[in-house]
Amino acid sequence: MEEVILHGTSYNLFTYRVIWALKIKGIPFDYIEEEHSDKGSLIMKYNPAFKRFPILFHGEKALSESMVILEYIEDTWPQNPLLPIDPFDRAKARFWVKFAGDKGHCVGTMYYTTGEKQEKAIKETIEMLKIIEEQAFGDQEKNFFGGEKIGIVDMAFGIIPHWLEVIEDIVGVKLLEPHSFPRLLNWVQNFKEEQVIKENLPNRDNMFVFLKNQREILLSSS
Amino acid sequence: MEKENDEVILLDYWPSMYGMRLRVALAEKEVKYEFKEEVVGGVKSPLLLKMNPIHKKIPVLIHNGKPICESLIAVEYIDEVWKDKSPLLPSDPYQRAQARFWADYIDKKLYAPGRKTWDAKGEEKEEGKKELIKSLKVLELEALGDRPYFGGESFGFVDIAFIGFYSWFYTFETFGNFSMEAECPKLVAWGTRCLQKESVSKSLPDPYKIYEIILTYRKHFGLE
Repeated sequence: MEEVILHGTSYNLFTYRVIWALKIKGIPFDYIEEEHSDKGSLIMKYNPAFKRFPILFHGEKALSESMVILEYIEDTWPQNPLLPIDPFDRAKARFWVKFAGDKGHCVGTMYYTTGEKQEKAIKETIEMLKIIEEQAFGDQEKNFFGGEKIGIVDMAFGIIPHWLEVIEDIVGVKLLEPHSFPRLLNWVQNFKEEQVIKENLPNRDNMFVFLKNQREILLSSS
Repeated sequence: MEKENDEVILLDYWPSMYGMRLRVALAEKEVKYEFKEEVVGGVKSPLLLKMNPIHKKIPVLIHNGKPICESLIAVEYIDEVWKDKSPLLPSDPYQRAQARFWADYIDKKLYAPGRKTWDAKGEEKEEGKKELIKSLKVLELEALGDRPYFGGESFGFVDIAFIGFYSWFYTFETFGNFSMEAECPKLVAWGTRCLQKESVSKSLPDPYKIYEIILTYRKHFGLE
């Protein structure tokens, strides 16, 4: 099998999505941690369009953008599938993946802004969470969006467990209230207890310190 | 596998570059469908609200009563369901990843600046135009290169993702005051080439009609 090398950054959700996918499928890989501020040769050569990690190398092939990478992993290594088999169910899964991509940035905005911009981002985050709570779980009671096992939608929503919680602490808000989001909180619990996820999450305290410092730097320079 | 009683409805609006993706994909697969028009800017129909309750946007593909929303997702769905004819995505995983990457790029980098060329004024409009041209040049150089199609030798997923924008070129360049031919000659040549295909020519509206409808919009909102 050709060598698999993942270049990512610490505490970065998008990097972790790829780690989870590779681990679930049992694909051995090397991980190289890059600097957050690095816009050097790797980025400019392999992702000049979006200028960010993660970048996955599979032999000579280079891939960027986490959800593109996840679909590539799914296509290349079909064991422990991340997507359902039925085309309609696949389309529904991809819909939620896109939803996470389109709306998830509000969590980031909530983190690195203050005042009115932050208020707006908080509202948008709550709106996003409400839609997921009410629409994404469907009719059946399942442990994960993927069913009995973690799938691509669970990974797409990976920002909610862990990252959102830390950001809530830093910003000083509590959005994921149990009475408003019972299904989401139940899913968060299941997700974090899943072996592959539990063993591959950044240390919460370290991440808190890192993100808090980053935020202070960002806010003081703006 | 097409069953004789397959019911395919496309909820769409004729100038929509996203709707065009589905028209072309369905035509490539020779799938018969009913075009149900939903006028954007008008009152949203009960059917739209039922089929796309979260985003309330067209296009929506409705296959035997079940909705598939988001145009690129629906194109992949079409490719998976009607898999015996005209494959739209390549079979090689790496080429598929390339296709998905560029389709995603088209979605993220073109619509907003393109819109500014006709919906904004002054500095905002100029910025939009610059951004649009910059992104189009990246697409021309990196995604198309010297090949006849984005898919290489044959028309495929990225061509379908971008072809709707081609019908808006005249609108962008006229209101944005630049020349597509001068800025991105290969993209213009690509569009002309695609129009040779019946699946494209019968799915795209006359670019001038798009210009006219935007002109009406601009007059209405005092942009003229």
